[in-house]
Amino acid sequence: MPLMQINHLTHFFGGLRAVHDFNTTIEMGDLKGLIGPNGAGKTTIFNLVTGVYRPTEGEVIFEGKNIVGKRPNVISDMGIARTFQNLRLWTNMTVLDNVKIAAYSRIKYGLVGAFLGGNGRYEEERMLDQEAERLLKMLDIDKFRDFKVSNLPYGIQRRVEIARALMVRPKLLLLDEPAAGMSPAEMLEIMDVIRMIQDELGLAIWLIEHRMKMVMELCQSIQVLNFGEVIAEGPPDAIRNNPVVIKAYLGTVVS
Amino acid sequence: MKLKTDKLINHILSIHPMAWLIGALVSAVVEWSVGTVIAYSIGLSDGIPPVFGLSLIFAKPLLIPSVILYLVLVYLIPIYVVARLLSGVVGKVMSRLPQLASIAVYLIMLYAVLEVWGSLDDYRLMVLKLIGIGIILTVSLNLVNGWMGEFSVAHAGFMAIGAYVSSIVMVWGFVNDDVFGPAVLPTSWAPVAFPIALIIGGIAAAIGALVVAIPSFRTRGDYLGIITLAFVFIVQGVINNLNFIGGARGFMHMPPLSSLTWVFIWTLLALFMIQRYVSSTYGKATSAVRDNESAAEVMTVDTRKVKIIAFLTNAFWAGIAGGLYAHMMGYINPGNFGIVMSVEVLAMLYLGGLNSITGSVVGAVFYRLISEILRPLGLYKWVVIPVLLILIMIYRPFGLLGFQEIKLPTFGRKKEVPHAADAD
Repeated sequence: MPLMQINHLTHFFGGLRAVHDFNTTIEMGDLKGLIGPNGAGKTTIFNLVTGVYRPTEGEVIFEGKNIVGKRPNVISDMGIARTFQNLRLWTNMTVLDNVKIAAYSRIKYGLVGAFLGGNGRYEEERMLDQEAERLLKMLDIDKFRDFKVSNLPYGIQRRVEIARALMVRPKLLLLDEPAAGMSPAEMLEIMDVIRMIQDELGLAIWLIEHRMKMVMELCQSIQVLNFGEVIAEGPPDAIRNNPVVIKAYLGTVVS
Repeated sequence: MKLKTDKLINHILSIHPMAWLIGALVSAVVEWSVGTVIAYSIGLSDGIPPVFGLSLIFAKPLLIPSVILYLVLVYLIPIYVVARLLSGVVGKVMSRLPQLASIAVYLIMLYAVLEVWGSLDDYRLMVLKLIGIGIILTVSLNLVNGWMGEFSVAHAGFMAIGAYVSSIVMVWGFVNDDVFGPAVLPTSWAPVAFPIALIIGGIAAAIGALVVAIPSFRTRGDYLGIITLAFVFIVQGVINNLNFIGGARGFMHMPPLSSLTWVFIWTLLALFMIQRYVSSTYGKATSAVRDNESAAEVMTVDTRKVKIIAFLTNAFWAGIAGGLYAHMMGYINPGNFGIVMSVEVLAMLYLGGLNSITGSVVGAVFYRLISEILRPLGLYKWVVIPVLLILIMIYRPFGLLGFQEIKLPTFGRKKEVPHAADAD
């Protein structure tokens, strides 16, 4: 049984068809790429999978269960975490809090513990601290633990967002342009981070990215999207030389 | 100049906080025993100035020098001398106490100071109780307007529900009333039943809060603000038209049970519970909803639950505060709980600071003291306070203590402030 299977996913914004008959299969341990020109519908697909939008048609089967129509917090609790194209951190909070809150659904002390405290809560908060600190260390940002997020440089904020997503303990991690706005050097670093995450945690990663170097080097298979439809699919080498893909990205010569 | 104030602050901090409290208690006892004599002998013909002579600033400005002399003689000198003398000893004793005992000693001392100081004058007592009620209102509103980042003006409505429901329970139970008939329970039970009545009022207010909480799933910001405003008018309108509780004429005969002790206890409870909540990861999700709701949702945070908890808690405490207010005044009418009441709480909140427990306390105290200064000006109070708010919004947009806490003294042997104990 694949980790996630998407069948005939279609979504309309009013009269605009944003995604049309999209299918994919992701196995545990996969690193799959999703590319396409701006406005092709890549982020929309992520939003459909994570429950931010409800698809007009189609089904998303995650670990054998159809998750269409479930609320985003339920879906993330099942094991799908994501980062955002434009950073969406909780800017007034510290790095540690940003990461810890992603464990919300796992907190057991509940309302009584929250309002009154107690040993159970103390223990549990300590465990969350340790888990969050491990992730911060893994992403090499542990020295920013108590910094307010809004005071950190962009590249660090990107890493905080990845750490936060990992705190969900995902089986599938969706990365939406993790290298956007980064310098070539920073991009290489983030590529190492992604490889390391996959090696250490063994999860599946689904990646949207515009930087071809990154997609081609990281992904085992790539889907190319244009105007909401898959126009090509296959391993990096096949995609690189596919005339349809080149046409979608560069356009045709005006004669 | 800067150096001098720094020196002064350092000097104040160098004396043990407990010593200051003991000094304050001594000074309160001094005032209680010889305050009147001192007041008359330095020309204060009205006797002891009720609240530091603040209300005299505009009413009788000629008395200001005498008031200052009185403050120096009765407060400043005894407090300072005692604090200075005892600081060393007290420091040693306090550092041996375990944490819980230390906190208890602080609270008992604080209460003793307030009780002795307040017992001199009914008016003083009223100011103290209003401050306590103000703190409950401010800290609970802070949960929604600060930590959750919404803008709610519904507090007066929740207060009204709490005030009326707890009053009805008490009148039905313990008072021979025309509408609710003879007292159902023996009068001697009243003090025990009072907290229960308050809680019933609080729960009623929390149920009322669903009217605001459920729309908050889909609306935010200004639109939710308008819904909360509508809520205040709905509550006022309903009470105005309910004749069996007096309608616009108001409701009375509830026993005056809001003693300083009860106000003190409820204030502590409110501060404690809300502080605990916002420092837990569970409660911090409230601020995740404020900073970015869509991110909170996909990071497993049940945003609907978070919003319901925030609104219901906020309304519950407003209801408790309303009940305390009703049983302090002995008479309530729907006019008490209009938009002006909400604005007063907002003023306390934005003076003190968003996202701050100590800021809420500072705001409520500060606002009450300013009100005392401005009381002789009557309606002009509502010119001065808004101007003050505008200035604060310009220079400190999140309030005096927005997003920060005053560091409390370390309690007992543990080298941690209890606030931070298991918070982060």
